[in-house]
Order: sequence, then C-alpha cells, then structure tokens
Amino acid sequence: MLGSMPPFVLFFIGAIVVAVTKGTIRKGVVLAVPLIGLVNLFMTAGAEVGAPSAIGESVERVYLTLELLGYTLQPYRVDKLSLLFGYLFHIAAFLGFIYALHLGDGTPDGSVASDVGEDDVIGDSTATLQHVSAMLYAGSALGAVFAGDFITLFVFWELLAITSVFLIWARSSDKAYATGFRYLIIHVVSGVLLLSGALMLAHQTGSIEFGHVAGELHGDEGGGLAAAGLPALLLLIAFGIKAGFPLAHNWITEAYPESTPTGTVFLSAFTTKVAVYALARSFGGLDELIWIGTAMTFFPIFFAVLENDLRRVLGYSMINQIGFMVAGIGIGTAMAVNGAVAHAFADVIFKGLLFMSMGAVLTMTGRSKGTDLGGLYKTMPLTATLCIVGAGAISAFPMFSAFVTKSMIMVAAIEEHHYIVWLFMLFASAGVLEHAGIKIPFFAFFAHDSGIRTKEPPKNMLVAMTVGAVLCVLIGVFPGTFYTLLPFEMDYHPYDTRHVLTQLQLLCFGALGFIMLIKTGVYPDEKRAVHIDAEVLYRKLGPWIVTTVGGTVGRIDAYVRSAVMELVHSVLGALDRLHGEVGPLARSWPSGSMVLWVALLLASCLLFYLF
Amino acid sequence: MSQNLPALLVVVPMLLAPIAALLNRSGPAWVVAAGGSWFAFGAAVQLLRRVMTEGVIVYSLGGWAAPIGIEYRIDMVSAFVTVIVTSIAAVGVIYARVSVADEISEDRHALFYAAFLLNVCGLLGIAITGDVFNVFVFLEISSLSAYSMIALGHDRRALTAAFQYLIMGSVGATFIVIGIGLLFVMTGTLGMMDLAQRIPEVWASGEGDRTIAVAFTFLTVGVTLKLALFPLHLWLPNAYTYAPSAVTGYMAATSTKVMVYLLMRFFFTVFGEQFSFDRMQLDMVLMPLALVAILAMSLVAIYQTNVKRLLAFSSVAQIGYMVLGISLGSVLGVAAGIIHLFNHALMKGALFMAMGCVMYRIGSVRIEDMKGLGKAMPWTMAAFVGAGLSMIGVPLTVGFISKWYLVQAALAQGSWFVAAIVMVGSLMALIYIWKVIEVAYFERREDEDEIQEAPLSLLVPTWALVAASFWFGIDAGTTSQVAISAAETLLGVMP
Repeated sequence: MLGSMPPFVLFFIGAIVVAVTKGTIRKGVVLAVPLIGLVNLFMTAGAEVGAPSAIGESVERVYLTLELLGYTLQPYRVDKLSLLFGYLFHIAAFLGFIYALHLGDGTPDGSVASDVGEDDVIGDSTATLQHVSAMLYAGSALGAVFAGDFITLFVFWELLAITSVFLIWARSSDKAYATGFRYLIIHVVSGVLLLSGALMLAHQTGSIEFGHVAGELHGDEGGGLAAAGLPALLLLIAFGIKAGFPLAHNWITEAYPESTPTGTVFLSAFTTKVAVYALARSFGGLDELIWIGTAMTFFPIFFAVLENDLRRVLGYSMINQIGFMVAGIGIGTAMAVNGAVAHAFADVIFKGLLFMSMGAVLTMTGRSKGTDLGGLYKTMPLTATLCIVGAGAISAFPMFSAFVTKSMIMVAAIEEHHYIVWLFMLFASAGVLEHAGIKIPFFAFFAHDSGIRTKEPPKNMLVAMTVGAVLCVLIGVFPGTFYTLLPFEMDYHPYDTRHVLTQLQLLCFGALGFIMLIKTGVYPDEKRAVHIDAEVLYRKLGPWIVTTVGGTVGRIDAYVRSAVMELVHSVLGALDRLHGEVGPLARSWPSGSMVLWVALLLASCLLFYLF
Repeated sequence: MSQNLPALLVVVPMLLAPIAALLNRSGPAWVVAAGGSWFAFGAAVQLLRRVMTEGVIVYSLGGWAAPIGIEYRIDMVSAFVTVIVTSIAAVGVIYARVSVADEISEDRHALFYAAFLLNVCGLLGIAITGDVFNVFVFLEISSLSAYSMIALGHDRRALTAAFQYLIMGSVGATFIVIGIGLLFVMTGTLGMMDLAQRIPEVWASGEGDRTIAVAFTFLTVGVTLKLALFPLHLWLPNAYTYAPSAVTGYMAATSTKVMVYLLMRFFFTVFGEQFSFDRMQLDMVLMPLALVAILAMSLVAIYQTNVKRLLAFSSVAQIGYMVLGISLGSVLGVAAGIIHLFNHALMKGALFMAMGCVMYRIGSVRIEDMKGLGKAMPWTMAAFVGAGLSMIGVPLTVGFISKWYLVQAALAQGSWFVAAIVMVGSLMALIYIWKVIEVAYFERREDEDEIQEAPLSLLVPTWALVAASFWFGIDAGTTSQVAISAAETLLGVMP
C-alpha cells in the first residue's frame, strides 16, 4: 500500500483522525502523518533509485488515472520536480506540526499576553480547527504538486485556498475575519482564472496535461507571452496571484501577520511554493518572468525596511525571495531552474524558521511590532540564537542554505548575459541583509530594552526551530547531497573563492552600512536615541523614499482609485435602483402589468416571425 | 401489469387523489399520497430502464391506434423527466408529513394531499402523452392543483400570489390551446407524430404558412410563460415565496422542469429542429432572454432579504441556463439543458427544503433572522451549504457537471460570450449563497441554545437530495449518458 498511495490521501485521512481525537493521541497523529508520508514518498522514489537512470527530467510515473467527462485525470504523477516539492512539503508539515503541538494545552507558562480577550492572539481556543485545516492544507499542497493535469490542479488549487483561510480565521478577531475573507476572494479568483485558462487550453490543444504551457502553444522557439495567447496568459495570472506577483502581492503581507503564530508557519510554507512549482512546470524560460521576478526582488525591500510589524516584514521578505525564484524560472536554463526550486526548498525552511521565531515572540509577549519589542535576548536567548541562524540563512552567509541556492540563479543570470538583472539582484541581496538579516533579530531581541520579561517559548516550538536551523546549516554545508535531489543535471560548486569573497564583501559592507546609519542617527541625542533607534534609521532613509516615490505613487493611486470607485458606485447605484428590493425587476407586479408583458412579448414575437 | 405501466403511472395518482380527499384525515391521506408517489417513482424508474434497453414505448389508450385514439409515447426524454418528477415527489411527500402539519391547518391536510397527487398526475401526464390536446388537459390538472396548493400557505399574501399565478397560468394555458387549435385547423390532427409529419407538408404547400407561424408564436409565448422565462416570470417569485415550504420545494424542482420539457417537445418533436431554428430562428428569441435572465435575476437574487424569495429569483436565473442550453440547438447544448433539469431539481429542491427546516424551527426565512443558525441547526445549514456549493458549480457537485456541459456546448459553437456569462452567473450565485452562509455562520444570536435542530423527518429527505447532488456530481456517467441520448432522440440524430 505504501509507496503508491497519493500523498494527499494520507493527509486527508489524517485530518479526519485529528478531528475526532484529543490530547496525546492527536499529538501522535499529527507528527506521524508527515513521517509516514515521507516514508511513502521514499518508497515511491525508491522504485526508481533501484534503477539509477529511471528518474530523469522527462521520465515520469503516473500512478493513478481517472476518467472524468472524457478527460483522463492523473491525480498522482511523480517526476523529479514534483518529488522535490513533495519532500519539501512533508518536511514543512512536520516542522509546522511540531511547532503547533502545544495548541490546546492552554496559554503557555510565562506568557505576558494575558489580556487576550476577543482577539485570541495565540489561537489556543481554536486548536482543533487549526490542526484539521493545517492537515487538509498540507494535503492539498501535496495534491497540487503531484497533479498531472489541470483539472486536478484546479481542484487542489481551490482546496488550498479554502483550507488555509481557516488558519487566518483561527485568530478569531474581526480584523482576521475581514482579512481572511479578502484572502479567500483573491484565491478563488485565481482558481477561476486557472480553470478558464485550462479549459481554453484544452479546447485548443485537446490536452489537459499539466505541463509546459508556453511551449505547447508556440513551439519551443521562445516567442514570449504574446505568442502564447490568452489561455497561457490566464494561467500565468492565476499562478502569479498565488505567487505574489507585483500588484497581486498584497494578500501575502496582509494575511500572514493576521494569522495565529502557528498558522503563519503553515501559510508561509505552502501556497506561494505551489505557485512557484506551477510556474516552473508550465512557464520555464518565459522571458517576461525574468523582469517580473527582478521587480519582485526589488520593490518589497523598501516596504520591508519601513514596516514596523516584524511578521509583515517577513511577508515582504517572502515576496523578495520568491522574486529570485521567479527570475530563475524565467531565465530557464537547467542551472537557473534548479536554483529556483532549490531556493524554494531553502526558503521554506529558513523563512519558516524566521516566522517560527517571530511567532514564538508573539506567543510569549502578545506583540510583533518592532517598536514594542527589544531586549528579549535576556529572557529568550535560545529563540534569539535560532532566529539569528535563520537570519544568516536568508542573508546567504557562506555555510548557510541560501548561499548555495540563490547563487545558482545569480550565476545563471550572468551566464545568460542578463547583467542588469544580476545587478538588481545583487542590490536586492544587500536589501535582504538589511531588512531580514539584521532588522528582524535586532529589533526583536536587541535594540532598546522594551522591559518585557518573559520566558523561552514551549519546548516543542524550540525543537521545531532547532530542527529548522539544523537543516539550514546542513544544506549550506553539504550542498552536494542536496543537489542530487534537483530535477536537472548540472555541474555547479558554490564554494569557490570568487563566490565566497563576493558574498562576504557584500555582507560586510551591507552590515557596515547598517551600523553607520545607526551610529550617525544615534549621535545627536543619546538618551532618546536608544528609545527610538527603530525610527531614526528609517526616518532618514524612509521619508526619502516615501516622499519622492511613495508620494507620487500614492497620489496617482488615490486618483485612479477614487475614479474607479466612483464608477463602481454609480454602476452599483444603477444596479440597485433596477434590481434592489423595490427595483422594477424585483418588486411584485400587479397582474395587469404581467399580462401587459405577455402581450408585448407575443406582439414582438409575431412581428419577428411574420416579417 | 407491466404492459399497462405507462397508463398506471398516470392513472394511479389520479385515482388515489379522490380517495385521499374522501378519507378526510391527515394520517391516512398522507399514507395514500406517499403510496401513490412511491408507486409512481418505481414505475418511472422501471419505464426508464425499459426505454434504455428496448427503445421508445408506445401505448395506445383503450387499444385505439394513434391518429384516432390517444397514445402515450415514452422515449428517453419523457422517461427521464418522469423520473425527475417522481423522485422529487417521493422525497417531497416524506418531507411534507411534518412540514405540512406545521404550516397548514389540520382540516385541509387531506385536500392538500389530494392536490399533491393530482399535481403529480398532471405533470406525469404531460411528460408521457403523445397527443397535444392531452397535453393541455394535463396542463390544466397540474396547474389547478398547483394554484390550490400555493393558496394553502399560511401567509395571507399566499392568496394573492396564487390568484396571480392563476391568471398568468390561465393566460399561458389559453395561448397554448390557441396554438394547438390553429395547428388542428391547418393539419386536422392532434397526435404529435402526425403533426410532425403534416406541418412541413402544409408549410410546403404555401397555404396557411402564416397560420402555422402564428400557432408557433402562441405556443412559444404560452410555454415560456408557464416555465417562467424572463420577462414572463413575474408570477413565480411570490408564488414560491408564500407557498407552504413543502410545496415550494416540490414545485421548484418539478413544475418548471416539465414546462421546459414541453418546450423541447413542441419545438423539437412537433415542429422539428429545422423548422424551429432554421426557419423561425427560435434561438434569436430564446438566447437573449435566457442570458438576461441569468444576469438580471441573479443580481436581483443578490439583493433579496427573504431567502425563499432569493431562491425563487435564483430559479428564474437557473431556468435561463436550461433555456440557454436548448437555444444553442446542438446535441451538446440540449443535453446540457436536460442535465440541468435534473441537477437543478436536486439542488433547488434541497435548498428550499433546508429553508423549510428553518421555517419549521424559527418561523421565518428572512436573512437577518438566520443569525447563528450554523451553530443552532448545524445539519440544516450544512445541507444548505452542500446544495449551495452545487448552485455555485463547485467541482464534484452536480452544478459543476451542468455548467461544464453548458460551457462546452457554448465553446463548441465558438460563443465565448455565452460561456463567459455562464461563468459570471456562477460567481453571482457564490455571492447570494454566501450572503446566507455569512449570516448563519459568522453572526451570533442570544437564543442559540433554545433553537433545536430540525426533526429527522425533515432532515432525512433534505439530505437525501444533497447526497444525490454530490453522488451525481461525482458519478455523472449515467445522467450524462441519458441526457445525451435524450438530446439525440429530440434532434433526430441517431447515435
């Protein structure tokens, strides 16, 4: 049975079991499901490992086919690309569940957040809901990754949205409800676009296979998006919404800070990575993606540097990291796509680690704003250390995971002569260091002392973070082993002198810049400086961007928005007058008028038929 | 017995009706009605199976062959429609027991069940007869019984609603009989098969082609009035809103469906697809009305505050989908319309029945009164959500199957615009279903603990329909096969 069971089945069964069990048994189940799933997946892969050349980039195995409405569905298709994401999601689910294990045990000991009230910061009262929906959510992500056709993909695509929204609602505040609802709408729209695109594609090509779309339609000469036509565009927008393309990214930064500490860890792992996977499978080598990706690495940095809520900072940082992946997919060479998926793998773990550390802070203090925190290293030294490991990983320090994954994308950009893209990415890398590498740990654990005295988070949280941190380092130290999992053949060694030196220089000067700004900003008034160093740095950098760029964009945005809203209001008004409860289309009519309509229709039909 | 099954299908409910009335007591009358409905259900399933294996069943009443006597003609389409009607009637009669006892005064129960049986009889008669005048007779039987059932609603506005329906229904029936009369004058026959042969001859002779065209017009308007196609739907919202819950659930799922069947019967069998579409360009009349129905009526539904009324407007929109499928005039389109007949019967029946459960417990179906019902009546609201998903067209529900075929049919003719409107209609369904879900699940009420879940005798029939709407959504093979072969029969395309 194991070895050919679709991974999502296990998780869906697990969700039912979780729903009906309690206490220790439930804890056992939530941990066992991802582990059994991993064994299942290893056995699936093992079938090919026995014959080494069996899994290649083009070799795929379809384990299950169904017939629906004349189309062949492949709910379980395995190749090297889906397998990598399969492993990743199992690991992410496992870490997430360790991290969330304490839910339902009551508010952790030593937590300062006693005035929880209506807004259940920790989400303890909704433990069952969170466990069940997280289990379904992880299962849906796996279902999407192993989908062999667009119909199956669509089903899991919508399930991803529906199951994950409960992780936001689990916070049970009004704001979380509103946010969750917006999140749901955005994702359902994405699903509808996906289905429309898939149907149109099926109509044109007769196939619903979830494969390379751009190539299907215009041959393989790479004619760009314009040549690929409407179906490809719809699919791209559908994927893009979930991946957080510019202008479609707001759901990430809005929803992630609103979820519970444990919910955000799950949210950050699956949805966007499924989108990255879908892009890698369907749009590898699409030139437009290079520029979209570059824009994504670039613009969130400014927002992240200005943002005060540290979990929202991580949301922006997420977009920035996905930008690297999207650009890698756009470059489209074996090394670039390898880099993109490898970076997705590393990102789930180090971003998960960072979200976990900020979640731990939120759980224990009830706060997540930079200005409210600080000095926590005294009472949460382990959390602080683990957070710094995550920060090191995201900043791509040598010996950490991003160093061996992101560089593949950068090298591929150079090899393909995308020098400007490369420069932007280099700048963005420095930006990562500023907003994620230094800002997150600095404002949470150091900076001014906020006076909060708390404890280390529950043990299970520490264990989850430790495992994450170990993985970050392992990938960074032994990249060779990790590279064998990647879908395409390539020859790349991250630890050469040039790369290590470049990266160290970048990091040193980046850090130097941060310190300089802190020092010069602190200098005028020592006493207040400690208090507001959060703002001093950004008051110098911030207004500069906000007033020049932000102001203009804001004005244009406000103008366009008000114009559009006016239009919407007038249309709605007209609709309301016509269709509202007392509108002519909705009210009860006297019999005479009804008969008048009949006569009218009869007369017009007669005229139409006779003449 | 099995040889006379077509006649028994109609005669048994007809004869049981006066018995139910004469018994004049609630319990026995219900037993008679339930027996009649379940017998008809069994007979209809039996007939559908026979049609599937043996082909068209022709049954001459009293042994008189067709042009002189009246014949019942059961082909794939009729058999399928009888199964829809009787299955809903069988489930509905179980549901009616408690619901009727709650909403209608004791002394009228027996009359209600008599009217119910007559209505079943009338609808089945329309579906299986092969004689156009017989159609009119059964139409009157079903309509008159429907008016009286609606008038039994406990809201006093039910009387006006029934009266308006009576006027409009009679206008429709009159138009139909005028159409039939004109055809009779021109051809001298009333048998459908006979008419199908004679009409082209008369048309070709050039004399009286105007009369035929006028007959066609009267039939178009008459039938579309009865099936509540926009803008002739005005009688429907009030009738559905104020009728007793059991009646609304049953009627929404059956009577307009049979009228859609009648539309197909007249235009495809009697006049022929070529005449209706190529010469009279019926699609030019039906398609715009259907599209407006989908958009405008869904919008109106969004603005409603009474859930039964909301669902009634949604029904008008859904009728738009069925007529849209028919107006495409292709096998795929007609099949989509026929599938939606069945699928919509399941989901709308379930939705109205869930509202009947709500009515039973809290005595109102206004949206603002439904606060907190997600907690207080979890099974009822879960049924509403389940059937609502179907309404929206989520995959694995029957709603998805309907929309899938409809979109496929539209795309096959290159009508992107039509396909897009179908999609927009689904999104609007999402909004009006969500309105109810939002209030029921996300708002609280104080007396949450005092409200009980609806009794099992209401919940089981409701859930039977919900379960069916998932079952036939996942295993769509049977229904789509029947619908496609029915469409092929209608269009005269032999598989």
